[in-house]
Amino acid sequence: MKRRKSITAGEALFQIINYLIFGLFTLICVLPFYYLFINTISDNSLVSKGMILWLPKGIHFENYKNVLEIKGLGHSALVSLGRTVFGTILNVVGTSFLGYALCKEELWHRKFWYKFVVITMYFNAGIIPWFINMKNLGLTNNYLAYIIPGIVSPFSMILFKTYVESLPASLEESAQLDGAGYLVTFTKIVFPLCKPIVATIAVFSAVGQWNSFTDTLFLMSDSEYYTLQFMLYQYLNEANALANTMRSALSSGIAVDPSLLITPTAVKMTVSLIVVFPILFVYPFFQKYFVGGIMIGAVKG
Amino acid sequence: MKRFTELYRQRGFRLFLMILPLLLLIFIFSYLPLYGWIYAFFDYKPGRDLLDCEFVGFGNFKRMVMDKYALEELINVMKNTFGMSFLGILTSPLPMIFAIFLGEIGNMPFRKCVQTLTTIPNFISWVLVYSVAYAMFSVNDGFVNRLLMNWGIIDEGINFLASGDHVWLTMWAWATWKSLGWSAIMYIACMASIDGEQYEAAKVDGASRMQRIWYVTIPGLLPTYFVLLLLSIANLINNGMEQYFVFQNAMNKSSIEVLDLYVYNQGMAGINYSYATAVSMLKSVVSITLLFFANKMSKLIRGESVF
Repeated sequence: MKRRKSITAGEALFQIINYLIFGLFTLICVLPFYYLFINTISDNSLVSKGMILWLPKGIHFENYKNVLEIKGLGHSALVSLGRTVFGTILNVVGTSFLGYALCKEELWHRKFWYKFVVITMYFNAGIIPWFINMKNLGLTNNYLAYIIPGIVSPFSMILFKTYVESLPASLEESAQLDGAGYLVTFTKIVFPLCKPIVATIAVFSAVGQWNSFTDTLFLMSDSEYYTLQFMLYQYLNEANALANTMRSALSSGIAVDPSLLITPTAVKMTVSLIVVFPILFVYPFFQKYFVGGIMIGAVKG
Repeated sequence: MKRFTELYRQRGFRLFLMILPLLLLIFIFSYLPLYGWIYAFFDYKPGRDLLDCEFVGFGNFKRMVMDKYALEELINVMKNTFGMSFLGILTSPLPMIFAIFLGEIGNMPFRKCVQTLTTIPNFISWVLVYSVAYAMFSVNDGFVNRLLMNWGIIDEGINFLASGDHVWLTMWAWATWKSLGWSAIMYIACMASIDGEQYEAAKVDGASRMQRIWYVTIPGLLPTYFVLLLLSIANLINNGMEQYFVFQNAMNKSSIEVLDLYVYNQGMAGINYSYATAVSMLKSVVSITLLFFANKMSKLIRGESVF
């Protein structure tokens, strides 16, 4: 009762406008994904007439089935999935151990090596020298180019190091008195205690791997190494090539019903949805880890 | 050898040997490319051995200022680079404002919902942003054109994406759409750490909402804002290329080409390796200078370095 009394007209107006603005911005953030989704599951002939604006009509899931039959798309999904899984595992192992080692006062020339790692966040030689280097290393048209350069990420290393420094030192000391070496202390004691930050850097790495586009653009000319992101980019740009792929797929002759017949637009939208789906799906579960990560990052600058 | 065994007796050195492979990786992928800078001093043709190519000294650097055509191009590229960076810096308080006004929303579920949903765009790739842009704004199938036509506001679709007008603004808008909610999270976290007693005291003194925001919240957030502002000044010429690469087309090329994209277009697409390397070499030097400048400013003003 007391609170209600204190609300003036100006206050009410402020609240309404505030809610409206945030509601509108949130809608702008979500609507595109909703629009893509209803168009992928609607009657394709209605979609190409532009009849699907707010609600899906003639719901079917043929697009998803047909898209996976496009030559190369399933393979590129595997390429993307593989780099996400292996890249993330190696990144977590490498980065966390480096972060742990760089916490240790006794590490030989610790300060120097810390700077050695962190400087790379702010300085690079430029993309052409980077490309020439990768080429000389034999990492063009090579799957390892997706995995190996990502093993150590300086930003995640800082996150991990900051987290380990916040743990009580006594935990490790007792293990070391028992004669355990660094590797044992790390795997048996430190790593299990760091689950929240491990989850954070794992999610950062996985999202980065899944979304990565430019490394394919620079390094891979063989379509065997194309990722989903790269395929999507090609579909978006090469409407003609896409139409041809569709035609050849159709001449092998199955679908005739125009409402199920897949169109270039439907392919673009469906592939987009397939690309975004893992992120939309895991995001709510991992949001707290992201937020935890950015807060540690904020403290460190 | 004796020295090595002596070193090896130290635990710290043995630990160093354990991380040596990881440090080597960093060396190989971040430091080793620096040798590629020598390509800037040659007239390199792909497929040939570097030593067979003509040594041109500073020829590629001279070309940037002496060649009228190259200079014109470069000036236009710098205009785009600074134009878009300044738009970003001009609107850099937006995430802070977002956080402050979100804090004024009393309904917790609504607030949480806004916070979660507005951060999603940050986690999708630029390719996907382009796909979203395509779905929403394309001439034939775009949501916006359909809607406007359905409402009878326009008769014919507007080609938003291929237009060369207002490119800086649309690029800014997409970048903001993608990152606003996420950037605000840092300020939201910061606000949570402001001492609640200060608000109580302000309330007792009869401070209005705006006064509380102005005298308590904003001063509490300014240090964070300042660090981020310095970092964005340090990144003035590092716009990245992915966003501009996916959105570029023949119509908007002259106003979308930022420095990073220019280097790509010259070097990778145009196979003009040496010239592109010279440009990106200058870029690296300028950006590291800006970084030191930003760090100095931070030390002067806050008595603390950025990193």
